[in-house]
Amino acid sequence: MEELINVVDWSRAQFALTAIYHWLFVPLTLGLGIIVAVMETIYLKTKSEKWLATTKFWMTIFGVNFAIGVATGIILEFEFGTNWSNYSWFVGDIFGAPLAVEGILAFFMESTFIAVMFFGWKKVSPKFHLAATWLTAIGASLSALWILVANAWMQYPTGCEFNPATMRNEMTSFAAVALSPMAMSKFFHTVLSAWTLGGAFVCGVCGWMLLKKRNYDHCQRSLKIGAWVGVIGIVLTMITGDTSAITVAKYQPMKLAAMEGLYKGDHGQSIVAFGILNPGKQPFDDKDPYLFDISIPYGLSFLATHDYKAFVPGIEDIINGVSYDNEGNPVNTVSYAERMERGRQLQEMLSQYGSAMNNGSAVAQDSLKAAINADFKNFGYGYLDKPEEAVPNVALTFYTFHFMVTVGGYLLAFLLLALLFAYKPKIVDNAKWKKWWYILAIITVPLTYLCSASGWIVAEVGRQPWTIQDLMPNKVAISDLSAGYVQVTFWIFAVVFTALLIADIGIICKQISKKSQTDLDTVND
Amino acid sequence: MQNYWWLIMSVLGALLVFLLMVQGGQSMLIHYTKPDKRALLINSMGRKWELTYTTLVTFGGAFFASFPLFYSTSFGGAYWLWMLILFSFVIQAISYEYRSKPGNIYGSRFYDTLLLINGIVGPVLLGVAVATMFFGAEFTVTKSNILNVQGSSISQWGPKHGIEAIFCWRNLLFGVMVFFLARTLASLYFINNIDDEEVNASQRHLLLVNAGVFVPLFVAVVVVILTSAGVGYDDSGNAQWVAYKYLHNFLSMWWALVILLIGVVMVLFGIGKTLMKGDYKQGIWPAGIGTVLVVMTLFWVVGYNNTAYLPSLLDVQSSLTLRNSSSSEFTLTVMSVVSILVPFVLAYIAYCWYKMDRRKLTSDELNNTDHKY
Repeated sequence: MEELINVVDWSRAQFALTAIYHWLFVPLTLGLGIIVAVMETIYLKTKSEKWLATTKFWMTIFGVNFAIGVATGIILEFEFGTNWSNYSWFVGDIFGAPLAVEGILAFFMESTFIAVMFFGWKKVSPKFHLAATWLTAIGASLSALWILVANAWMQYPTGCEFNPATMRNEMTSFAAVALSPMAMSKFFHTVLSAWTLGGAFVCGVCGWMLLKKRNYDHCQRSLKIGAWVGVIGIVLTMITGDTSAITVAKYQPMKLAAMEGLYKGDHGQSIVAFGILNPGKQPFDDKDPYLFDISIPYGLSFLATHDYKAFVPGIEDIINGVSYDNEGNPVNTVSYAERMERGRQLQEMLSQYGSAMNNGSAVAQDSLKAAINADFKNFGYGYLDKPEEAVPNVALTFYTFHFMVTVGGYLLAFLLLALLFAYKPKIVDNAKWKKWWYILAIITVPLTYLCSASGWIVAEVGRQPWTIQDLMPNKVAISDLSAGYVQVTFWIFAVVFTALLIADIGIICKQISKKSQTDLDTVND
Repeated sequence: MQNYWWLIMSVLGALLVFLLMVQGGQSMLIHYTKPDKRALLINSMGRKWELTYTTLVTFGGAFFASFPLFYSTSFGGAYWLWMLILFSFVIQAISYEYRSKPGNIYGSRFYDTLLLINGIVGPVLLGVAVATMFFGAEFTVTKSNILNVQGSSISQWGPKHGIEAIFCWRNLLFGVMVFFLARTLASLYFINNIDDEEVNASQRHLLLVNAGVFVPLFVAVVVVILTSAGVGYDDSGNAQWVAYKYLHNFLSMWWALVILLIGVVMVLFGIGKTLMKGDYKQGIWPAGIGTVLVVMTLFWVVGYNNTAYLPSLLDVQSSLTLRNSSSSEFTLTVMSVVSILVPFVLAYIAYCWYKMDRRKLTSDELNNTDHKY
């Protein structure tokens, strides 16, 4: 059993490591791709050499970043098979489809047109080149769409039915999978947050160049586009974040409770604006969940349901199966203990189904299949040893959520100011504090990355212990491997990706530094 | 529908093998010491590497979608084999972009070494992985294991987890053959794509050497395949070992044999004419198309005609077949709608390839561009 836990933990660590590294590069690809495409569009419209030079400057950085995003991405796809073998069979009928569509529709678009984008300046017409730049950016977003559809399905499995004869879930509606509310909110929230990051990145780089008194005009051109994309990104990220909260409250109430460190819910539930969790707090003890908190009355009820009086269940309520409607009447929910019992009954029925198949008893198979599917949403609970096992890491979920929201609020203010200053540059140019504004712009870049990573930590840690929400916990999803094997590959990944990250940062910094010393109002080749 | 999806997999697999010419080209860096000639080779391959990479990723994704039990069994089982393949492609992905950029702290030689590693390891091990489809692997499949609360995997593999597959001589023979095929195609591609006398002359010499190794290896692999036993299954799904199964399949599916022969002739024509006519540079096209045809037929004989495409050496009933390892009818049908777009995708790739390669790569072009590898 100890060995098993190690395999699960190392496999999770490996997936988390590769996903975190991958997500360091992807949002910049998504955000900068749009920015570069907009810049080239302006160049084609104005025929201004200055805009061409600016476009090429950002395109170089885009290229460096794109390569490492590709490198870290391949591992993620194949890891579903290498480390999560049971998972691959249990849901491959549904999960594999978006990955295949991603490959056929998005990856080929990106990989074909990025070559035209970088090497086609003198080989294709300007309009064809612009189309290639846009198609590269669109291809990247399409890629994000399909992988986020796949991820959303893990958080909210829908459009499928369990087939006991094949021991797996099978798709019944592709539209339900691709257009689920979870998929839509996840896609828009994630991609738009990448626009925010792209905008903040451009502002930060320009801040550094202005601090060094280099290429003023180029920076002003870049800031206009970067700030616009950033502002649009952050505003829409906030709107879609609101949609995400409602979706999470509806389909993953335990995650929402963990995000808020909420153990006992209430009507008109307040939301924690700032708080420090009590590290010793466990479900069902009498300790206060917070050492310190500043809360906004009714905030969580409104965030989760858009009804400030609504009941929001806490961790203990969810475990006990307690909830109430707006009139205060108890709502019939099922406790985790009962769900565990039902899950075990389902597993027993599945064993019986196997016997019925061997005996050739069609009637028994039909009735067992109907019974299994009627209650299948409890299937995964049969693997749990105790109800508390279904509670995610509250501290990590809570702090990353609050960090994300706080930095998100800051980014809105920063990017609005950046937009203002992009159109009224004299405000900054004549100000005594301009140096500090530039420094703030630089600091904002790593902050935005941390904000983006925090969002993913909330999404993924908050849904633990489930690989597939309510259907399959991590410990059942794994491959037949020893912990030592996964440990070795984990460290290889850690070393390789860290080395690549160092190289990536080194090259990007050098590119910015070197090119910023040339005249970025003219094209050199 | 399962047959249709195996056809799609065969197309993707065949295109992947053709595009491994990029890896073959990388393995040739060792033959070039002059920086300007190395730059020509690297920039020529650098404009195609993403197509190979994307095809590999799509091949994996399509396998996951259409035959998830293979994904679950082979990837989770032959862990080290697939991990080595993946590592070799990870180090490739950044090497082109980083090798000549200022600030690449490890130096150009480091990235060129990574390209060389990928150029050798990639084709050989992908060949080994494909060879397991013919010659089998040490695994069992017990789907009811998913009910085991201790987390037992439905696919159990031998303790060496893919290392044993690498050191099986038949698999290795297949892998080395793929490697020399990739080098042969790379030479044909360079001759077509690079306008440089010195590179042209050296590549014609390398073509002679590599094709000279590849052709006998290919014949040996074909003989081994045709004389090997495979796993067949009846209508009720019962599997058993059948002597000369792949030979029987070729004879039963005569059209596959015809296409195989056409493919072989095209490959030999591409190689032969390039070697014999000093001004002929189009050999990559007949050889490339021939490669695609040959690889597709190999996929067909390993999967069609009631054949297990991944035989189990431990329990023949665990062998993977198109029938027992595929996605549901519904999913395959949905995916088929998407697959209608494949010709459109191939068309725009071909169009872009044509537009980009109309003018051949020269040192002058590299000296007058700000984006090069």
